[in-house]
Amino acid sequence: MALHFSPAVPELGEGPRAAQRTRSARLSGGLTAALGAVGLALGLSVIFGAPRHLQIAWLLPLVGTRFELDPVSGVFIAVTGAVSISVGIYSVGYAQRERWARVPMAVLPLFVAAMLLVPAAGSVTTFLLVWELMAAASLILVLSEHRREAVRSAGIFYAIMTQLGFAMILLALVVLSAASNSDAFTAIAAHAGNLSPGTRATVFLLTVLGFGSKAGLLPLHAWLPRAHPEAPSPVSSLMSAAMVNMGIYGIIRIDLQILGPGPRWWGLALMILGGVSAVFGVLQASVATDLKRLLAYSTTENMGLITLALGAAALLSSSGAPKVAAIALTAALLHVLAHAAFKTLAFLAAGSVLTATGLRDLDKLGGLARRMPVTTVMFGIGALGASGLPLGAGFVSEWLLLQSLIHSPHDGNTLLALAMPLSVGAVALTTGLGIAAMVKAFGVGFLARPRSGAAENAREAPLSMRAGMVVAATACAVFAIWPALLGPALRHVLAALSTVGGHAAGPQLGTYLRLPGVAGSLAPALLAASLLASVLVALGLSRWGARHRPAPVLAPLWASGSDALSPRMQYTATSFAEPLQRVFDNVLRPDTDVEVTHFAESQYLVEKVTYRTRQADPVEQRLYPPVVRAVTAMAQAVRRAHNGSIHLYLTYGAIGLLIVLLVAQ
Amino acid sequence: MSALAVVAAALQVVCVLAGAPLVVGGMRQVRARLEGRAGGGVGQPWRDLRKQLRKQQITPRGTTVVFAVAPAIAAGSTLLIAAIMPIFALGSPLDSTADLFGVVGLLFLGTVALTLAGLDTGTAFGGMGSSREITIAALVEPTILLAVFALSIPGQSANLAAIVSATLHNPGQVLSLGSVLAFVALVIVIIAETGRLPVDNPSTHLELTMIHEAMVLEYAGPKLALVEWASAMRLTVLLTLLANLFLPWGIAGADPSPLAVLLGLVAITVKVAMLAGALAAGEVFIAKLRYFRVPELLAGSFLLALLAVTASYFLATPTH
Repeated sequence: MALHFSPAVPELGEGPRAAQRTRSARLSGGLTAALGAVGLALGLSVIFGAPRHLQIAWLLPLVGTRFELDPVSGVFIAVTGAVSISVGIYSVGYAQRERWARVPMAVLPLFVAAMLLVPAAGSVTTFLLVWELMAAASLILVLSEHRREAVRSAGIFYAIMTQLGFAMILLALVVLSAASNSDAFTAIAAHAGNLSPGTRATVFLLTVLGFGSKAGLLPLHAWLPRAHPEAPSPVSSLMSAAMVNMGIYGIIRIDLQILGPGPRWWGLALMILGGVSAVFGVLQASVATDLKRLLAYSTTENMGLITLALGAAALLSSSGAPKVAAIALTAALLHVLAHAAFKTLAFLAAGSVLTATGLRDLDKLGGLARRMPVTTVMFGIGALGASGLPLGAGFVSEWLLLQSLIHSPHDGNTLLALAMPLSVGAVALTTGLGIAAMVKAFGVGFLARPRSGAAENAREAPLSMRAGMVVAATACAVFAIWPALLGPALRHVLAALSTVGGHAAGPQLGTYLRLPGVAGSLAPALLAASLLASVLVALGLSRWGARHRPAPVLAPLWASGSDALSPRMQYTATSFAEPLQRVFDNVLRPDTDVEVTHFAESQYLVEKVTYRTRQADPVEQRLYPPVVRAVTAMAQAVRRAHNGSIHLYLTYGAIGLLIVLLVAQ
Repeated sequence: MSALAVVAAALQVVCVLAGAPLVVGGMRQVRARLEGRAGGGVGQPWRDLRKQLRKQQITPRGTTVVFAVAPAIAAGSTLLIAAIMPIFALGSPLDSTADLFGVVGLLFLGTVALTLAGLDTGTAFGGMGSSREITIAALVEPTILLAVFALSIPGQSANLAAIVSATLHNPGQVLSLGSVLAFVALVIVIIAETGRLPVDNPSTHLELTMIHEAMVLEYAGPKLALVEWASAMRLTVLLTLLANLFLPWGIAGADPSPLAVLLGLVAITVKVAMLAGALAAGEVFIAKLRYFRVPELLAGSFLLALLAVTASYFLATPTH
């Protein structure tokens, strides 16, 4: 085959290397997609089949590794698998276009494998091992473009925060394991009832913080809007659609299943954490101008909604309303799935834009609808899902969440009477601002006219990238129109979560979604069909009188009185979000300076006005510096012990050993 | 579901289509008379629509399919709401397809379509209008959903027919504290959503203050007709919703007789005419708010809705 002469070879003289890269990209992407397919099949077989377990004693000294599969792990394995299929196909084209080095290509399947193993882990040691494997693999992938300063800084941020989260999880699981005198999750669950309330509360707080940091919940969310945008786009997809779910999985497994049912404040704490994260995340997303940063903050938002739903399920089931709790739990699980679908799609589409233009800044994009039609449609489907509107992937789960919140029992319970309305307000504000953020991303980024030369010359993504996006878009369509398909699987998962209302009859997902015990229903497919019909009716109405009309013409747009319309006259993402920024000024606290330069001749004539605004993360700015200062001060204190003398170090070692021996006695 | 219920639902859509321009015309006429002008007559919006529909179709250069279909999506979603909700009969075959949350979602779908169309033109005005419209929509959403929550408490359901029948069975609850607060909150929200005074002035084309009109500035001819028709239908549908949620009397049951449907039609016409008249008369006495004062108004309505829910929670008789 005369491969060398094919026009696919990008540059002359680089033929062999390009062919090599094509082979590696196909291998890496293919392997990733194949692992994803295995994960999807395994996950589904576990959801519908019997629980399985596997013990490999030789893999770790003393304790061995232990894997256990039940429907709860099955659903998270299946989601990760499905995301990986789409990302794997996409990365074949992406790795070639972006000229990936060998390291990221090799680590991509490893990362997927680690993520598939996390929900399967059946003991504390195994769980911590695969959790670290996942963290390390993702860190290497984040650093794949390490020659850029921003990437290195994001990498360090990510490494420190993920290890901080790991330390909390480690501490919590070790306490749990020591208190119940066992390593296996099943044995710990059997002993969990005998733990003292203090131990349970400590473990709960530590795990929620640790897993919350992985899920991007406040206050340990700051790595997410840094690392996700700087990682290569297929990796961003995997991290934002699959890896953050592992935080949710941890909360479900440890706090709700093994330790639960907890006291009522657990549910309330989760609801507050989730609500605050959701509102904060969406506010930041609505003023973000970096496309991938916007999507990353939207991940914080959606993880917040899921945590809110989990908290509502816990609170409702401990308040004696298991049926409503089952609705909230279904909402949480369905939102995990829907979020995975639309976030994969949105990040992959953002990646196509990035490869085509080299831009993430919405203020410089625009006009892609004509240049990259497939990518535009794909991003549109993802954005519709993220905004929680009807026909979008996120609508059904948000509807279920709202139903569970408004149908809490009315028995004079003051806690519920305050928590539920405020949660509805938080969810509603999140949806409203989410719509604004997605309209901005899609409308400014893809419609109108290009705001820079790079956007002007954009070309459509290659076939494999488009195919990867189509896979994710199909999943989005299923969630939006036919969620009934997921009904049987969700029922099995719910049954495994009896501590938070899972044993009660959950919502029936059929053509009509029906809720147990409350009158409320929704038919997404019928809604879509009737909306299509009524839009056609409206189009027909506008044909009324058409035979009296002259032939249609094209005309220039109105340029506000000037001769020609220039792209600089358009609203940018910054100006689009300016009203919202002003309304939420107290929360967002942007740094804005306006400099007015006057002409030397007269103070009344302005030569130029410089307006600069920068949106930093206010929580990060307030909360992190004191902690960093304290850690630095402690490090300075400890540094005094390190004076370089080897004799002293040996003494430290001896003393340490003695202490350990004394304690172990 | 009987055949007559299906006919009644279809009739609702037709009535909204035909009646919406008349509602707008009536409101303009009330305003004109109160301001001492003769006014164009109740039928003027219909004459405008007929004129626009016969004009040449002009497509602005550089716009995409989003610009072309947005008016149809805005009009279509409103038509669907008219088919779902109880206007003069309760048993719409589409009632269980979407509850009040779904209806709110459809309403926002229409808003989003027009906002994207405004951005699609790539003119200064399009973006300006879109940005303002979406900001108001984002701030309106919490109030709407909380008001839905408050309304769903007595009937234990957010389905529209269930809320309306709960009020029919227990008329006293209309005067409960929660219900009154929810009513006030919803009125403010409807004013904001339909772009009436004091949030937006529908008759202005002054560039600094336009919201909705700035967004649709590039539409002309048949497309403009559809946009205006859609916004009139939106106003009508929301006023009908307000009327039936709080004053449902006269509405036909789930299995109506032709006479009951006719009675329902008369009842809703009277109710909407009175609400629209009151709204128009109120508009004469107020000026448009500065744009950045609108969030304060909406925050106020949010607080009212929150109080409505909490009041319903604490004052409602326990059902268990």
